[in-house]
Amino acid sequence: MGKRNIEILVGLFVLLGMLGLVFLALQAANLGRVGGGDTYKVQARFDNIGGLKQRAPVRSAGVLVGRVTGIALDTQTYQGLVTMEIERAFQFPKDSSAKILTAGVLGDQYVGLEPGGDDANLAPGDTIAQTQSAVVLENLIGQFMTGRADAAGAAPASAAETGK
Amino acid sequence: MEPLARLGAIALEQFRGWGHAAFFFLQMLRAVPASLRRFDLVVAQVHAIGNRSLVIILASGLAVGFVLALQMYYALVTYGAAENLGLIVNLSLVRELGPVVAALLFAGRAGTSLTAEIGLMKAGEQLAAMELMAVDPKSRVLAPRLIGGIVSMPILAILFSAVGILGAWVVAVLLIGVDAGNFWSIMQTGVDVWRDVGNGVVKAAVFGVLCTVVALYQGHETEATPEGVAYATTRTVVISSLWVLGMDFILTALMFSTP
Repeated sequence: MGKRNIEILVGLFVLLGMLGLVFLALQAANLGRVGGGDTYKVQARFDNIGGLKQRAPVRSAGVLVGRVTGIALDTQTYQGLVTMEIERAFQFPKDSSAKILTAGVLGDQYVGLEPGGDDANLAPGDTIAQTQSAVVLENLIGQFMTGRADAAGAAPASAAETGK
Repeated sequence: MEPLARLGAIALEQFRGWGHAAFFFLQMLRAVPASLRRFDLVVAQVHAIGNRSLVIILASGLAVGFVLALQMYYALVTYGAAENLGLIVNLSLVRELGPVVAALLFAGRAGTSLTAEIGLMKAGEQLAAMELMAVDPKSRVLAPRLIGGIVSMPILAILFSAVGILGAWVVAVLLIGVDAGNFWSIMQTGVDVWRDVGNGVVKAAVFGVLCTVVALYQGHETEATPEGVAYATTRTVVISSLWVLGMDFILTALMFSTP
């Protein structure tokens, strides 16, 4: 086989490798999706973040609008400080609220944003004031048990209340 | 006292071997710049090592993708989570199976041929003849093969994973009927380019260096007899495979220990 042919074949081989990498990066991984684009940061403090992890999705009305980029403990208030990056295309009113929700019964946890009614929008670096913590199953069961002990017979109602 | 001395002797012999191999590796590295000036030699080696391993790598990747998708489907469908199939297949291929299985195949397909080639060159005193003609066999023979292996291995691992994912797509979406949109989008949400794909490529590059160095070292150190070459070839496969499996555990622990 001529030298030229070998060079062409090796060129094809390397090109095939690059195509494979592009396929893995674009079609089979998250490059070119939320996280690589233009984003702004907002923070929120939660009493309990449950099982929220870095890179967890931030959704509004179920639509992916951003990702959790940092989780820390605020040592002043002993609350979980969650940093989120939200795509610049999605602007939210200043009094929007953040909840930690669970996808399905045993699914991953994510941050749900509910828009408020303020005219001004959240600016980069702002902190979301209204938050609702993750529902921790143990606490829920604990409340259910104590509620049951307190008022025998009224347990379903009290469970429904505390479960909210 | 005698068993203790024997243990010591074995350990010392091991260390001597490792030191010798490391020294051999460094000498080859020093010859790399010189061999890059004869770039056609490197291209020929990429062809011999990379291109010619392509068929076995692609066929194995496709088969692994098929089988993984089928088995995962049977397990996942009981939990109603068949859509997560793509994610599981992707992560297991990109992080572990792609680099490791490609490296094992690479050791079997390319490593053995390197060992046999160098071993026979040595047995035929071709390397010694080169030195007599003031041609450095390290930069003329060994270094181009080292570069060829290091270039080829990550490409082969990437193709293994890519073809495996396509195979899983064929089984899951085309044959079983898992929803194509969910298949890709759950995969895209769960797989990170740098953390998963990037680290997989780094792993493959490490395995490429390991397998090629082991193959060249075994060939270079072979006894100059037919049995010696046969023995060296066998040892190449065994030693590279063990190194790849051991190194994979260490790299996985380093790369993916944080959730």
